[in-house]
Amino acid sequence: MSYISLSDKDKKEMLHKIGVSSVEELFACLPDEVRLKTVLRLPQPLTEPELVHHFEETAKRSSFPRYLSFLGAGAYQHFIPSVVDYLSLRGEFISPYTPYQPEVSQGTLQVIFEYQTLICQLTGMDIANASLYDGASASAEAVLMAQRLNGKSKVLVAQTLHPQYRETIKTYTKNLALKTEEVAYSENGEVDIKDLEKKLGQDVSAFICQSPNFFGVAENLKKIGELVHSHQALFAVTVAEAISLGLLEAPGKLGADIVCGEGQSFGLPLSFGGPYLGFMACGKQSVRQLPGRITGVTKDVEGRRGFVLTLSTREQHIRREKATSNICTNQAWCALRAAIFLETLGEEGLREFASQNIQKANYALEKLTGLNGVKRKFSGSIFNEFVLEFNKDTSKIGDFLKNKGVISGLSLAPYYPELKNCLLFCVTEMHKKEEIQRLVELVGESLK
Amino acid sequence: MTHEPLIFEISDKGKRAFVLPELDVPEKKDLLRGLPIRTEIEGFPQVSEPEIVRHFTRLSQANYCVDLGFYPLGSCTMKYSPKVNEKVATLPEFLLSHPLASQELIQGNLEILKKTEDFLCEITGMDAFTLQPSAGAQGELVGMMLIRAFLQERGNPRKIVLIPDSAHGTNPSSAHLCGYHIQEIKSNDNGTIDINDLALRMNEDVSALMVTNPNTLGIFEYDIKKIAEIVHAKGGFLYMDGANLNALTGICRPGDMGVDVIHLNLHKTFSTPHGGGGPGAGPVGVKRELEPYLPLPLIEKRGEEYFLNFERPKSIGRVHAFYGNFLVVVKALAYILSLGPRGMKEMAEVAVLNSNYIRQSLENEYHLKYRTPTLHECVFSDKFQKEYGVQNIDIAKRLIDYSLHPPTMSFPLIVHGALMIEPTETESKRDLDLFIEAMKKIAQEAKENPEVLKSAPHFSYVRRLDETSAARNPVLKWEKEKK
Repeated sequence: MSYISLSDKDKKEMLHKIGVSSVEELFACLPDEVRLKTVLRLPQPLTEPELVHHFEETAKRSSFPRYLSFLGAGAYQHFIPSVVDYLSLRGEFISPYTPYQPEVSQGTLQVIFEYQTLICQLTGMDIANASLYDGASASAEAVLMAQRLNGKSKVLVAQTLHPQYRETIKTYTKNLALKTEEVAYSENGEVDIKDLEKKLGQDVSAFICQSPNFFGVAENLKKIGELVHSHQALFAVTVAEAISLGLLEAPGKLGADIVCGEGQSFGLPLSFGGPYLGFMACGKQSVRQLPGRITGVTKDVEGRRGFVLTLSTREQHIRREKATSNICTNQAWCALRAAIFLETLGEEGLREFASQNIQKANYALEKLTGLNGVKRKFSGSIFNEFVLEFNKDTSKIGDFLKNKGVISGLSLAPYYPELKNCLLFCVTEMHKKEEIQRLVELVGESLK
Repeated sequence: MTHEPLIFEISDKGKRAFVLPELDVPEKKDLLRGLPIRTEIEGFPQVSEPEIVRHFTRLSQANYCVDLGFYPLGSCTMKYSPKVNEKVATLPEFLLSHPLASQELIQGNLEILKKTEDFLCEITGMDAFTLQPSAGAQGELVGMMLIRAFLQERGNPRKIVLIPDSAHGTNPSSAHLCGYHIQEIKSNDNGTIDINDLALRMNEDVSALMVTNPNTLGIFEYDIKKIAEIVHAKGGFLYMDGANLNALTGICRPGDMGVDVIHLNLHKTFSTPHGGGGPGAGPVGVKRELEPYLPLPLIEKRGEEYFLNFERPKSIGRVHAFYGNFLVVVKALAYILSLGPRGMKEMAEVAVLNSNYIRQSLENEYHLKYRTPTLHECVFSDKFQKEYGVQNIDIAKRLIDYSLHPPTMSFPLIVHGALMIEPTETESKRDLDLFIEAMKKIAQEAKENPEVLKSAPHFSYVRRLDETSAARNPVLKWEKEKK
């Protein structure tokens, strides 16, 4: 299949106009020594029906969606209202680019402005950017931003921050004058306040932690924030399960200086890990160091309200190597989906979502810990994930459940070697009571 | 045209657009045991479903887009995005697979990643690819990190990265984020890299040269092999920004020109929709010697089975929580499979034909700073129109009145008042001619009635917007009016 719109006659006329006899002549500006003398070794072109068939066949080799899954760990299954797909797939939203020409991009710009407002309302911060790539790189950008704000040389990272976000922070900071050090977790699965206090030296730029954290435990952000601030460091909070913001107090109201995270839960399917939505928000005083695009209000020559990309002197296309970040293309369409999702749910809907998540997860937790051989690993309050410790090799439990069509929680040993035989379960509003009961039954059987 | 209010301005308590089924488990109180709960999300909207649909449909109509018409944004490759690609990307196995699922349950997804990597290797002549970077800029950062890791292992990461003055702003920004200082290489009178300047600056403190080829003027770096030799002779690496690969597919391969690392933009060359600013994808390709440093994990095949390889001690690590923008990759693969080898070449050929047609058609009306032959894009300037007090921004805004999207403006920096035009291969002659005609009319208007340009656009959703005051008094979110 080809998507070329020129007829042979068109081509001839155009070549004539240019004054060459063949397209080949237009490539005479390439040295012969670099020209490809053969044809690319790619499969022969497929027509649309063949293409659809090809992908359907490939898709058949992935059976995951046929299982009942209790996996979370940074990628969450939530219901997506129909309007999200219906509206976001409109060509007017999906086929333009970054709104460089505001007069013909008011749709995208107003959506970003609404998205920024929603993120501010949810995080309790003054200013949000137009999006970053995902929760992992947003966490890395938060750490870099903190260093630009106070110039100190070390960042403390909670061990309960998503392991893959921590790896990303390491990758981003490795080549810069910024050291990272990890802060342990306590017996109840929260940030170990004593360890944090011990490590909060004068050279510490920021402490970054996640809440609810990787173990599903909601952190006492107020207490942590006070401690971090008493050492003149900045406090960055990552939210990987954004639905929690419908119920838990906004991190910005509890002392966070930077709030960032993953917005996948807001209307983006699991999608095998991407595209997702990095978000980031900060206080007014820090806006000049915020990375990424920002949309603001202005007026046109007739005094009508309009929206434009603004404060671009922070950005790479103006500042080049002095920019706050190298980000250019972001995840605008994912931010659009988040805006549609959140506006559709509304305040009550989002609160209901969050509330059903915490209720159902706690129900599952209670039922599972009622089984012999299962122990709640951490006593901290959870949102929609929890860690269980088993008296048996968890890979056997996982295999047993898989044979019955159920995917159990994530094995934590590869990420935390000390958490042997521990699984991280996630339960959302998508899980029906009978499905939770099925999980409990099967886990029970697997332990016999 | 009526102007759509902000959703917050039409919100009212009690309206609902969505309701969940009743909670089916016994409700418990105080599950957070004293942690602060929010009683209100101040200002959060509450509207009905019909209102939501009207709101976003009306907003969508305030956008110009590729599905509507010509969008010649230079260096952005605003080609048509095939609809079947959207369809295959919504197969449930792709939409609903969890990234941490055990590998035997996601073989099809891994196959897609691996196949795409293999095809990108063939198209570019590189030896290995990572699909993890989410956009071109993240690809650049990864590319520079690979080079740094290689050099570091040999004892000296070096200090400097050379970048031509015509480069995209992300190049210096990414190199800086990787801990390097930037030195600019001058362009010569042909608009290409000044080899003498390069030879002078290339030394053992330099880790890499970042080139865009064809460059942002649309000009192919004729001496690319010599450039590679100069860089390699001092132990440096040649990095290629593949933003403009659309001019080269099936014609020549960066890997055959001495390029060591390249990033591609799947949302440019490989047709995935731009989404109003993303998501894109910025895969990075390398030659064999840099392969050990690619981000974790790598997708490999053992017999008939695909698997994720985490056992890579030299890897720079991760830059994404999972495997990058997977659904974008699915669409790009669909594009490669639709076009096949001949289609990939035709894509470059017609992109170059369309661009040269525009260049030839407008050469009398608009100033062309560099006369060097160009490939997929051409950069005019407002030099002729300046005589009448008209600047590139006025030309751009007037194009909006002709129902066209303006070209990229004021870039590259080496052309003052630049208008950078990239038509892509998917445009019809009719649409090209409409653009050419509009540009000619505008050139005429500049002479006869410059005011009509300076006050443009006249027929858009909003008239010209004041960007200066937006930055001076930033209002970056909606707030309830305080009474």
